[in-house]
Amino acid sequence: MANNQVSREFLFRRMHSLLGVIPVTLFLFIHLFTNSSATLGESAFNERVEFLETLPFLPFIEFFFIFLPLLYHGVYGMYVAYTSGYNAGKYSWGRNVFFVLQRTTGVFTFIFVIWHLWTTRFSGNTPNFDMVTQVVDSPFGYWFMIIGTVAAVFHLANGLWGFFIHWGITVGPRAQRVSAYAMMGLFLVLSAVGVAALNAFYAAV
Amino acid sequence: MSQKEIHLIIERQDHTDSAAYTQEFKIPYRPNMNVIACLMEIQRNPTDKDGKGTSPVCWESNCLEEVCGACMMVINGKPRQACSALIDQLEQPIRLKPARTFPVVRDLVIDRSRMFKALQKVKAWVPIDGTYDLGPGPRMAERDRQWAYELSKCFTCGACVEACPNVNERTKFIGPFAISQVRLFNTHPTGEMHKEDRLESLMGEGGIHECGNSQNCVQVCPKGIPLTTSIAAMNGAVNRHAIASWLKR
Ligand code: SF4
Ligand code: FES
Repeated sequence: MANNQVSREFLFRRMHSLLGVIPVTLFLFIHLFTNSSATLGESAFNERVEFLETLPFLPFIEFFFIFLPLLYHGVYGMYVAYTSGYNAGKYSWGRNVFFVLQRTTGVFTFIFVIWHLWTTRFSGNTPNFDMVTQVVDSPFGYWFMIIGTVAAVFHLANGLWGFFIHWGITVGPRAQRVSAYAMMGLFLVLSAVGVAALNAFYAAV
Repeated sequence: MSQKEIHLIIERQDHTDSAAYTQEFKIPYRPNMNVIACLMEIQRNPTDKDGKGTSPVCWESNCLEEVCGACMMVINGKPRQACSALIDQLEQPIRLKPARTFPVVRDLVIDRSRMFKALQKVKAWVPIDGTYDLGPGPRMAERDRQWAYELSKCFTCGACVEACPNVNERTKFIGPFAISQVRLFNTHPTGEMHKEDRLESLMGEGGIHECGNSQNCVQVCPKGIPLTTSIAAMNGAVNRHAIASWLKR
């Protein structure tokens, strides 16, 4: 490459895009799927969690497959949100509104994830059904979990729409429109899955 | 009832770095006027709406038929060509502002140099100079010519640059039009011989990675250029080039 210094920025951006999907999106799929076992009752959920805890190399997977990519995507994403301009007030076309929403849900999800890790993974409690019911026990905890989940899932679905463009997969306007509808469908489905799981914990409070 | 008037509210500025101010004008209505005709009327009789004398409003225009790009300004909140903005189709009062993404020279005149620098950076031309006759180049397939012709309609007006949220003080983004021009010249059979240079310039500072898909560009382009399609196509090309050239090292 002609100019190594400036190509770095390009690589950082592409890495941000790639890591957002592999593994962060994949992880969130697994995470939401695991949570939804809460709708089958306390013991079903606890069995799932125990199974995950028996995975070999768990600390290694957690650190390299989840923590590092999430940290990179989050921190670099803050920089992206900062350098972006916001003119949806002037130009309120749908895609421009989604452009703003992508960045606001990103910043919100970043804060949410820190709180979420602090109240679960790093709370010192054993990760099980009871731990989650304690979190959703307060109105703040419940609503923060609901809004955080919906924001994260929106960022995921709309982020995939952008990913398909950044990687030159959806090129023409029709393909991009179809992908937009499909991703909004995904957003609704994943939101429902996430909220249903949270309500299952809440019902057991 | 031929005493109709046109009400204009214009954002003005006397020098490159003096403060902006607004001035209102009322000019007599004639059928089939466009925004340029109104500005010409003000030039002929430079008095504001209260009849006070003032300096005529400056603007740029050449072709008056939407082919030169010079007259782009913000009309009722949207960047567009003043020569194709017909008074009968505009809501009054008509608000005119310079496109402030660019440095303002005076009134509605802006300095588009950044766009020409961007075109230089991405090498938006077909190099044909040699020390001897290079002969005719390869022919272009008709199927490609048809869509490439659409891209060649870009007249560097800057509407897409003005509307793009990611062209701002915090980025060095070259703007949507330059990416589309890379696609045009990389499709040209002779231009294609330098396609790697252009792709590498798109991976450089302020390149294609600064695009955040707000897609405002495609909404405002007066020539209907499929900018978002060009950007997605170039995203693919740039990624393939990056991976391929890394594997070859
Ligand atoms: S791409 Fe369209 S909006 Fe952008 S400079 Fe060219 S003609 Fe103007
Ligand atoms: S004067 Fe040439 S485009 Fe308007």
